[in-house]
Amino acid sequence: MPKLTIDDSEVEVEPGLTVLQACEQAGIEIPRFCYHERLSIAGNCRMCLVEMERAPKPVAACAMPATNGMVIRTNTPAVEKMRRAVMEFLLINHPLDCPICDQAGECDLQDQAMAYGLDHSRYRETKRAVKDKNFGPLIKAVMTRCIHCTRCIRFSTEIAGVQELGATGRGENMEVGTYVEKALASELSGNMIDLCPVGALTSAPYAFRARSWELRKTESVDVMDAVGSNIRVDVRGAEVMRILPRLNEDVNEEWISDKSRFACDGLRHQRLDRPYLRDGGKLRPATWDEAFAAIAEKVKATKGKGIAAIAGDTVDCEAMTALKDLMAALGSPHLDCRQDGAHLDASRRAGYLFNTSIAGIEQADACLLIGTNPRIEAPIINARLRKRFLAGGFPVALIGEETNLTYDHKYLSADPKVLNEIASGAHPFAKVLNKAKQPMLILGMGALARQDGAAILAAARKIAEDSGMVNGGWNGFNVLHTAAARVGGLDLGFLPGKKMGGRDVAGILDGASMGEVEIVYLLAADEIDMDRLGGAFVIYQGHHGDAGAGRADVILPGAAYTEKNATYVNTEGRAQLARLATYPPGEAREDWKIIRALSAALGKALPFDTLQQVRARMTEINANFADTGVVAAAPWGTFGKEGQLDPVPFASRLANFYMTDPISRASPTMAKCTEVFVNSGQRRTGTDG
Amino acid sequence: MSYLRQSARTAFLGELLLGMALTFRYFFRTKVTINYPFEKGPLSPRFRGEHALRRYPNGEERCIACKLCEAVCPAQAITIEAEPRDDGSRRATRYDIDMVKCIYCGLCEKACPVDAIVEGPNFEYATETREELYYDKEKLLANGERWETEIAERLVRDAPYR
Repeated sequence: MPKLTIDDSEVEVEPGLTVLQACEQAGIEIPRFCYHERLSIAGNCRMCLVEMERAPKPVAACAMPATNGMVIRTNTPAVEKMRRAVMEFLLINHPLDCPICDQAGECDLQDQAMAYGLDHSRYRETKRAVKDKNFGPLIKAVMTRCIHCTRCIRFSTEIAGVQELGATGRGENMEVGTYVEKALASELSGNMIDLCPVGALTSAPYAFRARSWELRKTESVDVMDAVGSNIRVDVRGAEVMRILPRLNEDVNEEWISDKSRFACDGLRHQRLDRPYLRDGGKLRPATWDEAFAAIAEKVKATKGKGIAAIAGDTVDCEAMTALKDLMAALGSPHLDCRQDGAHLDASRRAGYLFNTSIAGIEQADACLLIGTNPRIEAPIINARLRKRFLAGGFPVALIGEETNLTYDHKYLSADPKVLNEIASGAHPFAKVLNKAKQPMLILGMGALARQDGAAILAAARKIAEDSGMVNGGWNGFNVLHTAAARVGGLDLGFLPGKKMGGRDVAGILDGASMGEVEIVYLLAADEIDMDRLGGAFVIYQGHHGDAGAGRADVILPGAAYTEKNATYVNTEGRAQLARLATYPPGEAREDWKIIRALSAALGKALPFDTLQQVRARMTEINANFADTGVVAAAPWGTFGKEGQLDPVPFASRLANFYMTDPISRASPTMAKCTEVFVNSGQRRTGTDG
Repeated sequence: MSYLRQSARTAFLGELLLGMALTFRYFFRTKVTINYPFEKGPLSPRFRGEHALRRYPNGEERCIACKLCEAVCPAQAITIEAEPRDDGSRRATRYDIDMVKCIYCGLCEKACPVDAIVEGPNFEYATETREELYYDKEKLLANGERWETEIAERLVRDAPYR
């Protein structure tokens, strides 16, 4: 343990830290621009200069390893002078356009110029100007403001894994940009906006729309994928202006995917803000009472077995609890939360969770991906896998559609047969898994949402058991979900009632098209085939006018994820709370309240009136809801159903990363991304070769 | 004695004559009252009157929607919304001042980095309804055009002291 003296006080730090980190531990702040904890050290901004005893010149604290006996000074007049000088150099070419810069108010350069800089400029010559570059529809680049800290370059090469950004030229002619004129193709590109210490990279959809000081901040949870990234929702008035990541080392570190960040403008479009009733083939605006009366009339004329419910991908646990209890009260066993028809087995919690946990990926030493493309399905988890890969000694193999995962992997095949080969130990990669101490596998929805999903689940379980993925405290069996509501639904048992012959999604659709199911309650479920609902009476409760609302006979306007206090369970089984950042538009209400009110209109009033009571009911169903923010280890057991595997090759579930749910489909920004990255001639680096 | 003198002065209308003399003196002095609204008193170049949004000589509006005036306004009378204009520049799509809330402190003018929002010399904008005092961007720009000569002159006169 090196012991060093910083500003006359002795500090003992762990070996391997830099002087800057040691200073931070001692509670001394060193100004910096290029240094970032999660990126490699560049040492090119020179803002962190400190004095070191017996050194002829000042040293850059971020790049100097802390060693025993060092004497560091950070508060001498010389250091202050150095900081002032560095600041003056940085500001030579930085334009004085803070009033029109979106970074103003949250700008490192602005803050540090105030704290350490000169109060006036001595520079009289002309400033440098750089032509703005096209970074795509998400990032607005004003490269004249760039101070060449290279954080964005290091982020794209190290974390995002796309070698598209770099610096050309030297000295004053240095320019950061994509080498060729093209949009930056990464699912994590938005994080560069946060990393940029100045206003060179700012959010394009958010351009000029609000100032950092006029936003109301709410800490919440993202629902665009099953990772459950921790986010901060910034609201101005009643409008969600932007979404930023929130630090959570166990889940998303400090990154979020582009969809999580930029799809929020979909919350302003195509919203359902009042109930609708289908009258003579056309939807007309109605009142809540009319809508409830229409439902009550229909429900009274239908037996319990003729009613079915499907929960969508972004539904909160409170709403599912309420609907589950309502369906039970109506005597219907037909309910399902697996819109995509995935053969998830809810009998064992370990059978549908990401058991290793996202942070646990860093302890793994071999990985098998089955029927999944984590880069699209969960970019944050893919970034963790890449982080683990960069640490070395992490063989990855992929069974499924071949794609660029941003790290080296062995492509086995898309044929499910390989699973049997690995399970029997005949396959070369089985040996890799056997040799590994803490191997893991990730089973995607591309493998489970097929006819033989249950058999694949069983085969994956066998591989996990045979190659020692489940031993002691380590569980290497992981299911990667694509929907934020899925694990919550499984935890709550929003599944077909076994005893009464409950139908799953396919069964409900079959029943509806054959007329056996007369009422279908779609709780924000839009991903099913609406044509197969036949002549059923469809109640759609959701927040966007998407496929479900188009088919519905009654529309009940609900709240989106930023508009309610709700619980979501991520793919690890971590229950997290989303908080109300703004109120639902118009007459829309929180979802569980709608179901509670409807239950009263149906004469089957549910026994809860407050959010606390709903949450108590959730805990009653599954004790895991009692503790939010933590993951409880799920005991191992038997799940899946052994059987013959289909020879059909695995296919990816998500064709377009940017549009997967009603919110992102309504988002103009996501439409632009689809235009640029998916439809147009610009090839995505990697994903298509 | 003093009682006698006092009584005599009153008896011969002494106080009245004294007062009449003062009145008569002022009769020949220069008048301090002015015939408002046909005449007006002098205004300081720093007078804080009705707001105006100015334009550059080429007709381009000055305001860049930096929202510093909105932030500094102690009465929270200013509301601004911004968006990129077609040419990509930052402009206000909405610039409202609630003249009823405004306390005429002049901080908005001080905060403005481009001298766009100013408090001009006009103080005669009383209205019959409150609604007319909710100024929008159009009204403020019109004010700017109407008062530009005076505003520019005042700024030049005040420049040495700023």
